[in-house]
Amino acid sequence: MSGGRLGAVALSVFRESVRDRVFYNLLLFAVLLVGAAVLVGQMTAGQDIKIIKDLGLAATSAFGLFIAVFIGIGLVWKELERHSVYSLLAKPVRRTELVLGKYLGLAFTLLVNVAVMAAVLYVVLACMWWISPENIRASWESPALDPALLVAFLLIYVQLLLVTAIALFFSTFSSPMLSAVLTFGFYVIGHFNADLKHFETVIASAPLVWLTRALYYLLPNLAPFDVTAPVVHGQAVSPGYVAMTIGYGAVYVAFLLAAGAHIFARRDFK
Amino acid sequence: MTTHRVARPLAFGLALTTLVGSFVALELWRDRVYGEPAPGDAVLYVRSGDAVRRLSLSFTPLVADLYWIRAVQYYGDMRLSRSPNKRYDLLYPLLDITTSLDPDFTVAYRFGSIFLAESYPGGAGRPDLAVVLLQKGFRAAPTRWRYLQDIGFVYYWWVGDYQEAARWFDKGADIPGAPWWLRSLAAVTKAQGGDRRGSRQLWQSLRDSADNEWLRNNAAFRLEQLDALDVIDRLTTIVSAFKARTGEYPASWDTLVRAGLLRAQPLDPTGSPYVLDPATGRVGLAADSPLNPLPVGAQAGQMALQPAR
Repeated sequence: MSGGRLGAVALSVFRESVRDRVFYNLLLFAVLLVGAAVLVGQMTAGQDIKIIKDLGLAATSAFGLFIAVFIGIGLVWKELERHSVYSLLAKPVRRTELVLGKYLGLAFTLLVNVAVMAAVLYVVLACMWWISPENIRASWESPALDPALLVAFLLIYVQLLLVTAIALFFSTFSSPMLSAVLTFGFYVIGHFNADLKHFETVIASAPLVWLTRALYYLLPNLAPFDVTAPVVHGQAVSPGYVAMTIGYGAVYVAFLLAAGAHIFARRDFK
Repeated sequence: MTTHRVARPLAFGLALTTLVGSFVALELWRDRVYGEPAPGDAVLYVRSGDAVRRLSLSFTPLVADLYWIRAVQYYGDMRLSRSPNKRYDLLYPLLDITTSLDPDFTVAYRFGSIFLAESYPGGAGRPDLAVVLLQKGFRAAPTRWRYLQDIGFVYYWWVGDYQEAARWFDKGADIPGAPWWLRSLAAVTKAQGGDRRGSRQLWQSLRDSADNEWLRNNAAFRLEQLDALDVIDRLTTIVSAFKARTGEYPASWDTLVRAGLLRAQPLDPTGSPYVLDPATGRVGLAADSPLNPLPVGAQAGQMALQPAR
């Protein structure tokens, strides 16, 4: 596997995202945050800083999710649809490199997106800090420019990497529509699957309980990536928890990419 | 060619502007002829906090904020409504969902209990639900003594049960990290519950310990109301003295100023003049004073006289 070839594929995906005006969502994000900053102060009985933080993190997650899913499912499919996969594979690029390069390109696009959103949120929060009197600032649960927000952004980013890997995995063997449905399905399940672990409270059958428990461990668990509530309330998120959650995400992504690359490598394009 | 290149987009822009102007004008016309559509009544489609939490996926904190904004707007709308039949039915469910979605939403418990406990029509008049909400907050964060202080306050101010209030202040004082004055507040409440000095001490403690500007302002407002009650008591004494001397109530504050009993027309802490009823001699706040309505009975202390309204 060549780093140069991976980089070239990744760069082309990033350039294509720029050409497709993916980053226009940043403008919408900025307008949303600035508009909310002006409005919420009058509607929330002094909870504007908390709500701007919640909104900023939720919007980062939501915009990122749509980018991850809708671009992720098209990464491989577009090449097949345009028949450009033939000319690509005629070059000295392995199929595995193509899949990994595509993934890295979208990961970089998401990184830029999340980083700019974090910067915009900090700018809006800095403005709110600047215009708020000292007695109002003293009543905030956590500082406006709390560095802990970066932890929430980091985990959102890792969650988006996982969703991208899910989308890419499905796109290696199914249609874009089905890939989108399956990816969204996994996203929803990923926030519900804690229930699977405790299914014995609603079913009596031991094999079914074991099955649901197995599904709990096998399906992606996305809920731990959401640390918005503690971060916004100024509660500490332990470095160990963050490291283990990132580790879980990284291993899961590696599994999905390996499986996706394997399937793509065995596909017959005739 | 160049004229054509400029004229076409200009004409198109003009056409679009005309269309926008037309539909806005039609809407204005229709509203003027047939009346503006009335906003629908507030509806809460899902009342289970757990159900909303599951449906909100990873956006739970943001959905909690939306429910909090709804609760604040709902309370504000109802409070300002002039309808004689206004109800606060959705206030508790909205606060319950907010706090189920975000159990650490301190302000939702503390402000929410104020909205719920405030007597009708200014609030829901449900101190029982205010206590339930604060107890829920305490279950979520068993080190937050402020919730217990607030429960004691609800019993003191809105229920008038001073023994129960003192019990909750004591309970709050038992929590590690609680301030020393909570214990003395409990003792004062036991000894002087219902006394205006006791009320003043309670509000001063709330004002001085408030971690939020809104709570601090609310306590300062209540202290101004107690100040106004003190002044009304003193003015009533002066009016009574005038009647004892002359056999009739003064016609106005000027009469008392000329008699040397007052230096000037008395103003309440917000700068509105107090009003005097020359027929009955009763003293009260001006109808437009921001301090209205003044607390009465137990809230104002046993010495309080119900002001003229």
